Amino acid sequence: MLRILQQIFRTGVVTETLPEPLEADLVEVGGRLEEAIRRRFHRSLVIREVDAGSCNACELEIIAMNNPIYNCERFGIQFTASPRFADLLLVTGPVSVNMEIALKRTYDATPAPKLVVAVGDCGCNGGIFGESYASLGAVANVIPVDAHIPGCPPTPVQLLNGLLRLIEG
Amino acid sequence: METWDKSIPGNSRDVTNEYKGTTAVNLLRDTILNHYGVSAVPCAGTYPSSVPQILVPRAEFEDAGWLMKGVGARLAAEWGVDETTLGRQYAVLACFALDGEYLLVRCDIPLDDPSFPSLSKKHSPAFRFERQIMSLMGLTPTGHSHSDLRPWIKHEDWPADAWPLRKSYDAARRMPRADGEYSWVRTEGEGVYEIPVGPVHAGIIEPGHFRFQAMGEDILNLEERLGYTHKGIEKRFEQLSWVDGARLAGRVSGDSTVAHALTYCRAVEELSGTSVPPRAAWLRAIMLEWERIANHLGDVGAIANDVGFAFILYQFMRLKEQLLRVNQRLFGHRYLMDRIVPGGISVDLPPDGAAIIEEKLANLQMEFERIVAIYDRNASLDDRLRSTGILTTEAARELGTVGYVARASGQRLDCRIQTPFCPYDRIPPRMVVLNSCDVHARSWVRVEEIRDSIRLIRELLASLPSGETLASPEEVPADRSTLAVVEGWRGEIVYWLQSGLRGEINRCAIRDPSSVNWLALEQAVHDNIVPDFPVCNKSFNQSYSGHDL
Repeated sequence: MLRILQQIFRTGVVTETLPEPLEADLVEVGGRLEEAIRRRFHRSLVIREVDAGSCNACELEIIAMNNPIYNCERFGIQFTASPRFADLLLVTGPVSVNMEIALKRTYDATPAPKLVVAVGDCGCNGGIFGESYASLGAVANVIPVDAHIPGCPPTPVQLLNGLLRLIEG
Repeated sequence: METWDKSIPGNSRDVTNEYKGTTAVNLLRDTILNHYGVSAVPCAGTYPSSVPQILVPRAEFEDAGWLMKGVGARLAAEWGVDETTLGRQYAVLACFALDGEYLLVRCDIPLDDPSFPSLSKKHSPAFRFERQIMSLMGLTPTGHSHSDLRPWIKHEDWPADAWPLRKSYDAARRMPRADGEYSWVRTEGEGVYEIPVGPVHAGIIEPGHFRFQAMGEDILNLEERLGYTHKGIEKRFEQLSWVDGARLAGRVSGDSTVAHALTYCRAVEELSGTSVPPRAAWLRAIMLEWERIANHLGDVGAIANDVGFAFILYQFMRLKEQLLRVNQRLFGHRYLMDRIVPGGISVDLPPDGAAIIEEKLANLQMEFERIVAIYDRNASLDDRLRSTGILTTEAARELGTVGYVARASGQRLDCRIQTPFCPYDRIPPRMVVLNSCDVHARSWVRVEEIRDSIRLIRELLASLPSGETLASPEEVPADRSTLAVVEGWRGEIVYWLQSGLRGEINRCAIRDPSSVNWLALEQAVHDNIVPDFPVCNKSFNQSYSGHDL
């Protein structure tokens, strides 16, 4: 126990100030969010992450958002196990044909008002996988999308800045 | 050399001892050639020369499986290929491995009778390989031994005649949805109930479906159903240039981007006869070991977290983040995507790079050992991880497992050591094998491998050659094929590449470690309690995307 406490004190707080977004990193937010939604989600955003067919690199970076250095919970952003509790679906792609129905059902299970953010180049436009017999490409081809965070994969800083810009304007 | 017959008992490694002085691949090849006589023909145009490819009559394909089992070889991969564009027919290839050496056995399949004898009677991994061949290539495994002909990866709502890997299939067209139902394994009896989980899971992980049959808290049976992330990767390769193929290979499984891109590039370099500059070979190995450390750190932390010890997870996530930042700083990408390209690497280590890595390694080692000491002395971790999720040595061998899953169950398998390429032939890694077969072993193998990778990187840096890092790739000749194998952090990755008549990619068959290890998870959770499934699963941590392709 003493060793654990020692290590905790030795480590201290490692959370870093979030760097300002670079011009190139700015997310493309489709249309302006209603002020009411923004007010409701500000400082309290519950996210359900849905991997709709990604290569899992985007998942690595979304998980990294939760590490002590990026610590997304300080902004009131947290991840939930169920779409029933979610305000926002963070969807990585490309959407595979085999995940199409599950993604639509997850979307339907999420209570309104809800936001959908497509993550990664594949989620935004299908990426290198494109559209084929097995891939439906962009998330927007399957469910309505409010914002895109491109990148292969987008870094935790890009993800956090994108989400904050969406809910804080 | 005497002829082997089928009466040789399975898996008799003693037999191979009689062959001291000959290499494993000679044993495999001679076993086949002596048995078949003139009806087995070594194929031309296959690389590397250390991996022979032998054509056997279709009717006797299953015999090859018997023979290989007899000398203790495992079935590393099996895949179908459509060679109509090369003026031939269909074929099925089976890749057998013994002591890190490989042999390909192939049988040709006429277009009007697309079926082949199943290898599943003697080789358990063949079950899923062959279901996949049937689902995506439309070649049916025959023989009474193949009792499971349910589609795999191809979900029940695909049209029955959709065989995307056939050349005649238009992959650009959207598939219509069909009606169909998947027949699940059923368990009946008083008190037995089912728990369906997924495809959308509770955590931030990839999609897949698990169906448990349980009685009380005990798992009676687990059935996996995967394929949710199938994006048509193998077919997509056939539309790309050799150079763009490396980008796609780097996205087969994002957490193994270095390992997959490296395996693919080694195959392309073998096909085209391109030699990689020594500096690039060294830096590739450094990247591969760096990727191994980063992923192992995340996994050991996540295993501890799954039994409620979040402290270890957050400490290791912090260390992992530091490694990713070194990647970003030195090579311009946190996961090193697109840094390995045919002919070498795309970004050279900057002049101060070696010093930065050395410094980070020293810091990592100190912090890592401090946290591992806490992990090692924690009685509740011991209590929860030991004897949980046991994959017996026999099961690990029978199922053809690879990587840390195999090594934690007593299997001596590591292609960095058994199939070494430069620079691993000069700076050999240490084989980490444990025998307790449980979650603890799968976790501790990773701890030891992190330690060894730190040592390897130090030695690689100390001997890092100077010079070029990228050779311009040569042209790929027409109608050639090659096999490449690399030990990624998850285990042995196998790529088989074939060129077409115009020197383009005709077929890219991929076998991620997950393709074999997923099956072993089903065995490891028997008689465990349902709440321990997450930690069992995490100790395997197989890739969905790498499996589904």
